[in-house]
Amino acid sequence: MMSTVPSELPVTAPIEHRFDPYVDNGGTLLSIAGKDFCVVAADTRLSEGYSIHTRYVPKSVKLSDKTVISMGGCYADCLTLTKRIQQNMEASLVAPMWYRHAHGKTMSTAAIAQMLSIMLYQKRFFPFYSWCILGGLDEEGRGAVYTYDPVGSYEREACRCAGSASSLIQPFLDNQINFKNQASERRELSLDQVLRITKDSFTSATERDIYTGDYLEIFVITSNGVELQKMGLKKD
Amino acid sequence: MDALVSKYAHSSASPLDSSEGFSQAGFDAAQQFALPMFDIPMVSNPIDFLRAHTDPSAENRIRIQHGTTTLAFKFQGGIVVAVDSRASGGSYIASQTVKKVIEINPYLLGTMAGGAADCQYWERELGRRCRLYELRNKERISVAAASKILSNMVYDYKGMGLSMGTMITGWDKTGPALYYVDSDGSRLKGERFSVGSGSTFAYGVLDTGYDFDMSVDDAIALGKRSIYHACHRDAYSGGSVNVFHVKESGWEFKGNFDFDKLHWDYQAQPKGQIV
Repeated sequence: MMSTVPSELPVTAPIEHRFDPYVDNGGTLLSIAGKDFCVVAADTRLSEGYSIHTRYVPKSVKLSDKTVISMGGCYADCLTLTKRIQQNMEASLVAPMWYRHAHGKTMSTAAIAQMLSIMLYQKRFFPFYSWCILGGLDEEGRGAVYTYDPVGSYEREACRCAGSASSLIQPFLDNQINFKNQASERRELSLDQVLRITKDSFTSATERDIYTGDYLEIFVITSNGVELQKMGLKKD
Repeated sequence: MDALVSKYAHSSASPLDSSEGFSQAGFDAAQQFALPMFDIPMVSNPIDFLRAHTDPSAENRIRIQHGTTTLAFKFQGGIVVAVDSRASGGSYIASQTVKKVIEINPYLLGTMAGGAADCQYWERELGRRCRLYELRNKERISVAAASKILSNMVYDYKGMGLSMGTMITGWDKTGPALYYVDSDGSRLKGERFSVGSGSTFAYGVLDTGYDFDMSVDDAIALGKRSIYHACHRDAYSGGSVNVFHVKESGWEFKGNFDFDKLHWDYQAQPKGQIV
């Protein structure tokens, strides 16, 4: 075959520019597990640097009647990861057979939690820039919150805040949900109390974090299914 | 060309070919998961890519959870394993409730130091391989063999950025066994190990108070106290102390002890004689 490149040209390695595929789109997410419910909340602002791209884009997605996933970080990575989770719940890559079509049932919250860990770790050398919180009900109907680092280490907790205002909200949750450094003993909170703490967390974080604001979406997961509540936050 | 034609002729004839992994009849988990697969960025040097994006100076840094004190030691009553429960991403405390003792199976324990995800993933993979060994050989795997499987698995990825410092403990035919395995490929058999950023502090207490003939209660108290002192002096360690005891009948969880509570309990006690 004839080459179109003159053979006298020296062969050089291709020039590679810095590959920088990550951006931080900000945003805050939070999840709290109760006795027989789970709350997953996230603001809807998407920003890059000092500009706000959009004021309304959901960060949380309902995966089943018992499970909601919420993600923050690089929005592109979050979209891809969410899409892959939904795909795998139908046709699982982890167990290479179609989960729902093979087993005739929807994946449980615990199964999705383990699957997500493996999916994140499969990108160990090219990580997803995403903070994930999985909220839902376990097999006994109790509230469950699973939290992840970007490469898939995971843990079940009572509550967790992630994203740009996590360092503002998490200490508040430690105090109000886990009763850390309080004289009173730890007790179960009602859904109403948890919702009030959630809303207060976000209105307060909006005051001090530039990446949090606009709207708040709260998913309430109970044995009756998933209910979505919306609330306005400050838009500056 | 012929290879291409035959490939597609074959796949169209049997669209659910087992090589694609969709056939349930031909599905063999042992075969299917023989080697984990990882996505690699399409750059000439993937290792530099990962290093650049996890570096503290990176613009959008991927913060992988780190930091730890773990210890395990042999004594006349078996093995005591004690760990802290703090995970930090940079200077932020990511969690105070991490489970750093990984229950591989009822007879094997692994500890977590370094990257939390690396330890969790590979020790879960080790658990799967140990189960396959049991099914194939109709007997439990030895701790020596299990630790070598782990060591060999992570050695394949040497230099690619994995970070794992673990102790594999358990009870097999030869009695209690304790191995240290890390992501550089080291695998050491020993009587007494401490791993992580607070390990030097833990060693100080452990070596001072250690006696092979000590009782089970004393051994548990020593493990607890060693981790306590590491939590006190090492900023990357803290939260609470988890203690396990490995016996002939398998491991047993000995409890979770809040650091703050331990601190004031120890303060109230009279100081022991050191010299």
